[in-house]
Amino acid sequence: MNRFLIPFGLFVVVVGFLAVGLTLNPRELPSPLVGKPAPDFSLPQLHEPAKVISSNDLKGKVWLLNFWASWCGGCKEEHPVLIHLAQSGAVPIYGMDYKDQRQEALTWLREWGNPYPVVAVDESGRIGINYGVYGVPETYVIDKAGVIRYKQIGPLREDILQGKILPLVRELQNQ
Amino acid sequence: MSWLLVIILLVPSLVAAEEARPLADNPQVEARLKNLAVELRCLVCQNQTLADSHAPLAEDLRREVREMISKDMSDKEIIDFLVQRYGDFVLYRPPWKASTTLLWLGPFLLLIAGATGLVFALRRRQKKLADVTLSDEEHNRVAQLLSEGTNRP
Repeated sequence: MNRFLIPFGLFVVVVGFLAVGLTLNPRELPSPLVGKPAPDFSLPQLHEPAKVISSNDLKGKVWLLNFWASWCGGCKEEHPVLIHLAQSGAVPIYGMDYKDQRQEALTWLREWGNPYPVVAVDESGRIGINYGVYGVPETYVIDKAGVIRYKQIGPLREDILQGKILPLVRELQNQ
Repeated sequence: MSWLLVIILLVPSLVAAEEARPLADNPQVEARLKNLAVELRCLVCQNQTLADSHAPLAEDLRREVREMISKDMSDKEIIDFLVQRYGDFVLYRPPWKASTTLLWLGPFLLLIAGATGLVFALRRRQKKLADVTLSDEEHNRVAQLLSEGTNRP
């Protein structure tokens, strides 16, 4: 009996490691930018290309920055959640149209609704790189001082919104 | 007339013989990019290097790295730029720090554990073999058995 105890113990440990490994999502990488100042940007607006939207304009309030594109499937999936959030008025969501065609982006918003007060255009994907974006959609919660407080990788869901993002937003708004 | 035909036929082949153009204008930049890109992970296709991947993000990142090389930034500055944005995950060789201790030491710990186990197992076996002592009677029987073997026709 005793001679089986050690191999059995090792087996249990290995199974434990593998079981934890199976629950991890390799696509969700912790962002080193959480807790750091949000990278500055100054970009043309989607609806009025002559106008510029700058991250400095948004200092002093809590806001969400949502990277999306008309070519992105996950963006379609999270879109109703964004629309719902925009209607509630809890927090403004600024859009970042990532590596997209202007006309297609405009059509997409006309068709599915526009949750954003302003959409910035990141045509080259440079701002995306500064924010560490590696797959749209990605959403950042940015506080009054312009510091990134949370990063959502992949589509937003109602449960993430209620469980994580809205409590965080309320806390940051009261600071 | 036939000469003219030969000339006409040769002209397009001369045009086609132009040498393939390098992808970037500066071969030194390309060489450094290649060296760096094999050390960096593509974040979209996570098991490919930045050099291998055809993902649009990998193309963008190669463009960024190419520009940084042109600006004469050191390899360390370029790698810091990417780690600041994407974390240690972009590195195929993770740095030594508290969270990666197990990763770096794990194989050696397993090796030591295996070697220790082996030494103990061998010692135990040797002891078992050495511990067998024969009485006089058994000795005689062994000698008898062995001699039977040699006396067999």
